[in-house]
Amino acid sequence: MNKKRNIRIALAGNPNSGKSTLFNALTGLNQKVGNYPGITVEKRVGRCNINEDYDADIIDLPGTYSIFPKSIDERITQQVLCDQLNDLQPDIAIVIADATNLRRSLLLLSQLIDMKKKTILALNMVDLALRRGIIVDVGLLSSKLGIEVVAINARNREGIDNLKSKIPYVIQNNSDQDFLDIKTVFPNIIDAANEWNNNSNDYTSFLLLCRQDLNCETKNRIGLDGLYNKFNFVPERAQAKEIVRRYKKIDEIVHQCTREGNPKGKHLLTKKIDNILMHPVLGYFIFLSILFLIFQAVFSWSEYPMEIIDSLFTTISDWVSSVLPSGMLNDLIVKGVLAGLAGIMIFIPQIAFLFAFIVLLEDTGYMARVSFITDKFLKKVGLNGRSVIPLLSGIACAVPAIMSARTIPGWKERLITIMVTPLMSCAARLPVYILIISVMISEEAAIGPFNLQGLIMMSFYLIGFLATILSAFVFKHILKSKKRSYYIMELPSYKIPDWKTVLYTIFEKLKVFIFDAGKVIVMISIILWALSSYGPKKEFQKIEAKWEHHQDANLHIASEKLEASYAGILGKSIEPIIKPLGFDWKIGIALITSFAAREVFVGTMSTIYSVQDGGSIYSVRERLLNVRNSETGQMFFTPAVSISLMLFYAFAMQCMSTLAIVYRETNRWKWPIIQFVYMGCLAYISSFIAFQLLS
Amino acid sequence: MKALSELSIGERGIIESILDSELRQKLLEMGCTPGEEICLVRQAPFGGPLAILISSSMLSLSKLDASQIIVKILDE
Repeated sequence: MNKKRNIRIALAGNPNSGKSTLFNALTGLNQKVGNYPGITVEKRVGRCNINEDYDADIIDLPGTYSIFPKSIDERITQQVLCDQLNDLQPDIAIVIADATNLRRSLLLLSQLIDMKKKTILALNMVDLALRRGIIVDVGLLSSKLGIEVVAINARNREGIDNLKSKIPYVIQNNSDQDFLDIKTVFPNIIDAANEWNNNSNDYTSFLLLCRQDLNCETKNRIGLDGLYNKFNFVPERAQAKEIVRRYKKIDEIVHQCTREGNPKGKHLLTKKIDNILMHPVLGYFIFLSILFLIFQAVFSWSEYPMEIIDSLFTTISDWVSSVLPSGMLNDLIVKGVLAGLAGIMIFIPQIAFLFAFIVLLEDTGYMARVSFITDKFLKKVGLNGRSVIPLLSGIACAVPAIMSARTIPGWKERLITIMVTPLMSCAARLPVYILIISVMISEEAAIGPFNLQGLIMMSFYLIGFLATILSAFVFKHILKSKKRSYYIMELPSYKIPDWKTVLYTIFEKLKVFIFDAGKVIVMISIILWALSSYGPKKEFQKIEAKWEHHQDANLHIASEKLEASYAGILGKSIEPIIKPLGFDWKIGIALITSFAAREVFVGTMSTIYSVQDGGSIYSVRERLLNVRNSETGQMFFTPAVSISLMLFYAFAMQCMSTLAIVYRETNRWKWPIIQFVYMGCLAYISSFIAFQLLS
Repeated sequence: MKALSELSIGERGIIESILDSELRQKLLEMGCTPGEEICLVRQAPFGGPLAILISSSMLSLSKLDASQIIVKILDE
């Protein structure tokens, strides 16, 4: 029996060329998503069975137009493809090209050919091209380029087997054809560079001259200056010249290999749809309607699955606590681990719905249009048309939202987006708002035809949004930008979404949320459990002794133990600080425990106030309604306290997972710290003003 | 000779040169080479970005960037 050989294949190509679809078609669910070491570019690797002799690891590289990098994403593509020492260096590169835009797709390919990479061209969307009257002669293209060319339709998985069947042949044969003889463009300096660097590949020497060779050491760079002077060589100008020359040759080949039926009719359908979706009035109206639909989905449609998850965890918790002997382990699992897990899982439906919409909008090509029509407004406040996706995702969870800010090109715009996104009202604030609003006003209260509870809820979402925009505006004026950023984006033709890509993306986002945010939430949940279950031993013994023969001993003990626990001590120690906001030490405990996740507030409040109803099964709301102010004897949760508390939750950075992700995305502690401080100040000041004005 | 940002909607031109060098590099890679035909398709309201059609793809770029692209107007 032959042992199978393992090879590495890199997928490269322009953005929007269908690279991810081909990646999914080749690997299925057999893929791993991670990060490249040290930077935040997503690394996707999958397994694929080529034939009986070969297995392949497939690397999906970030989309790029050439091997000269313009962003961190593109630098990755360059490093993997060009750096001989990179451990991801592929055996073969598959370049995927959009047949409807063959010209632009061939630039990167032509550079790879000249680097003598083993390359296959996967010509995607041939059907779409045909419908637009573009016929590509695949055989002729293959002989002109001197490499294998395979026509595929990644969306319907057509041509994938054909593509796989070419791989063994390509891997066994070396390519030696040049695409562009770079020596004819820069005659003397290439020879000099070859000699100087002991290199025989002209194009690699050219890349070295353009300071693009990654193995070039600093001492060699000094030598480069000598060559520049001698031959009057300017790297930027040379790169531009190279690209123009390549396009000249590409144009010849494209002209020979394609026949266009009706070149003017190509963009008709997309243009017609654009006339509606990018209309100066109608366009915004449609966008707002879609936003409304997304809100509906995230808040109404996901209620039912959320209830199921909730009751599932209640059942599991009950079962575990009845099966395990009562004691520390039981408590740790039920109140620490399971409570933390439930806190994450409950948000899965909302996040799934939200990302289903976002992926759908992106995959059809609509999101690029949204960026187009909103860019001007967002730019005014220091954001960017591409900030729409992170901000929108922020209404579910800031963690995946902040990660989606990676597609924003400018450093400043990206940073501002990261800094302000957590002010959008995320799903974890919802249970807090619901509880406090239900305590503050009765369900029947209304202004005209509008339910007052609903109105207040809506205004808090609006407050979150306004705070986001205003903070962005402030950051715009504080942050100094080193570089001018370019806003060049493709407006791809509309496509029917590929449901498999949609499903994979939702699956991926959920995985990131569950594992990245989940780890932190469960960990903090365990720490908080420990803080609130343990305290100075003497105090605890006293409490136990005090209630020993009492009827409702357990409840009284639980409540008083919480007060005496380390969390209670912490709550009491911050009471002087939060008193001006209308909060007491009990709310202080809830504020501290909310650091795991904001919705923990509800559970904490329930435990703290469980004692006074003597163990009857009241809802948290009823418990809070019965709380009296110890000084005045009046109801504790007055509108002033309630509004102040909600404002605090709207603005304060009470989310460890978000801070962790901001650190990871910015690679510095500076930014999460600034974020924590500014959001904290915003929360404190607005709660203070609200409480002092209203009480 | 005009800057792309001065074109009216539907007007077509031939790319002559791109002034800003960093922008030039990026646009060249995306296929906006001198001699290519370019058409201003639409503009977002309130001075927002422009949408241009070039070698069968639609690109969106800011007005400021468009002012760096010099084109020769094509007469109908």
